[in-house]
Amino acid sequence: MKILVTVKEVAEVYDDFEISGLEVAESSLNYTLNEWDNYAIEEAVSFAESNDDVEVVVVSIGPQRCEETIRMALAKGADRAIRVWDDRLTEQSLVSPNVKATILAAVAREEDPDIVLTGVQASDDGFGATGVALAEELGYEWAAVVNALDIGSDSSVASVHRELEGGIEEFVDIELPAVFTIQTGINEPRYASMRGIRRAQGQPLNVKDLTDLGLSESDLDSSIHLLSMNEPESESEVRFLEGTPEETATELSGVLQELGVKE
Amino acid sequence: MSVLAVAEHRNGEIRDVSFELITAGRELAEDRGEPLHVVVIGNPVDHFASELNLDGVDTVHTFDRNEEFNHNVYLQVIVQLVDAIDPSTILLPHTSNSLDFAPALAVRLNRPIVTDVVSIKTEDGLIVTREMYGSKVETTIGIRSDRSVITIRPSEWDPTIAPGKAAVEAVNVSIDEDAIRSTVTGFGEVAAGDVDITEADVLVSVGRGIDSEENLSLVFDLADALDATVAASRPIIDNDWLPANHQVGQSGKVVSPQVYIAIGISGAVQHVAGMKDSDTIVAINSDPNAPIFDIADYGIVDDLFDVVPEVIEQFDL
Ligand SMILES: Cc1cc2nc3c(=O)[nH]c(=O)nc-3n(C[C@H](O)[C@H](O)[C@H](O)COP(=O)(O)OP(=O)(O)OC[C@H]3O[C@@H](n4cnc5c(N)ncnc54)[C@H](O)[C@@H]3O)c2cc1C
Repeated sequence: MKILVTVKEVAEVYDDFEISGLEVAESSLNYTLNEWDNYAIEEAVSFAESNDDVEVVVVSIGPQRCEETIRMALAKGADRAIRVWDDRLTEQSLVSPNVKATILAAVAREEDPDIVLTGVQASDDGFGATGVALAEELGYEWAAVVNALDIGSDSSVASVHRELEGGIEEFVDIELPAVFTIQTGINEPRYASMRGIRRAQGQPLNVKDLTDLGLSESDLDSSIHLLSMNEPESESEVRFLEGTPEETATELSGVLQELGVKE
Repeated sequence: MSVLAVAEHRNGEIRDVSFELITAGRELAEDRGEPLHVVVIGNPVDHFASELNLDGVDTVHTFDRNEEFNHNVYLQVIVQLVDAIDPSTILLPHTSNSLDFAPALAVRLNRPIVTDVVSIKTEDGLIVTREMYGSKVETTIGIRSDRSVITIRPSEWDPTIAPGKAAVEAVNVSIDEDAIRSTVTGFGEVAAGDVDITEADVLVSVGRGIDSEENLSLVFDLADALDATVAASRPIIDNDWLPANHQVGQSGKVVSPQVYIAIGISGAVQHVAGMKDSDTIVAINSDPNAPIFDIADYGIVDDLFDVVPEVIEQFDL
């Protein structure tokens, strides 16, 4: 069995940040593995550990900078990795979910996995659309917002729990091959061991561009474009309490007592 | 052309987001001079249709199917309906079920998709607003296509309640049962446990800012000092530091205590969905730009490890 895990290196903005044009200034960004993908990697790797003949391949769309993050997935136990990049992607103000799904589908067609795991969403742009769009591109079945995954012994059906709103979950049987978008909390992601980190340095990480994948520039055509980026205007009426911790704590205690806390 | 809104229901009732969806749909349809169509798939479908017969809706399309939600069925019905009425914009609520369905619909119809939008403007094409980086940045996106799929953020539009004069039409489509490759086998509840955070008058709610499980004792000490109950944001539950019934938010509990004290919580939209109706919201967070301050009544921008012990001391005096 082969499991393909899509991972994304996401940007987090610092507390104080600056926007320049259509981007957050590079100096205000910290790059890290998308939280949801971390759970997807764990789900794949722990399945591979407890079953025979399971290969875990990770794929990421991103510039060279991402390789450190991709190696982290290898260090946690994935077998090999593919990074897709093309300079023409940098010219896009925004890589749409449709375009990401097209690229990932090209990789998946080459790899022919039984199962694809993605995160529910990426913490930076938060579209929450790529995984299910990918499934449809591939003609795979799928389930989104999965918080429990049980892959049947004959690899033809998986039983999943899908998280709905308000603490309700739905139980669904899904025919394989399928794409599952993984929700946080489904497992306990491991930390990479020192041994894993050393091993990851020698593991295969193939880099592919659009031509390698049989895609052309027209596959990047997107009808959605970023027009502006700004800090949201706050309509907040918050009253900030100022001063040293002792002063703010004293003031807050007064506020809380007025509100009737601990009468 | 038209605007098509896809209604959502659960347990035999139309969900509130569907009434918000009709507001967004009506505004967009008016801007574009197009009729507003609504589609609802499920059972009892006549009951759903009458609940959705609201101000601004021209036609409610119904498809009777004795099933809560199956994305394969939804796809087949809507693709055939779209063939018939050629909507410009297909609107859905940004919910768990839409996450499971809207992107596939967009790909199958070869349309762009933009999710979780908080405003829609008609200019030369559509211009939508959505947030990034956990609500710290706002973006506008231009959609240069006559046809698109858009999911809207819950609670951003007011619900429509005024009755309408819509025509109700059963969708005449055939379902290819062989193309249905998923089966819903049941429903369950994620959260079980002892405390009921929805009953508490005062909640001390802790987020990822607490940094480690050991540090939780600080929050319990504060709750003790205030006679309050401890709640949490999702990462605390994901880490198994507290049981699931402590989780506040979209996928946890909706609470509205007299006082909600958010400690080290950024205020992500899925969290805010569960606590925004609290009478008074206090936030302690070291990031002055944290979105939690947008809805807080009182804020302290500081390190929680410096402030919280001081508050405990005040009350323990
Ligand atoms: C489908 C779906 C459903 C979801 N459902 C829920 C839900 O029900 N409930 C929920 O909570 N989330 C939910 N989420 C997750 C949500 O998107 C956020 O990831 C989550 O709410 C973030 O939790 P947080 O604020 O504790 O953590 P973070 O966003 O990481 O914020 C931590 C905050 O702590 C502050 N901080 C750090 N250190 C300190 C310090 N020393 N002193 C003071 N402040 C400090 C930081 O400035 C930051 O603002 C859901 C997500 C999805 C996709």
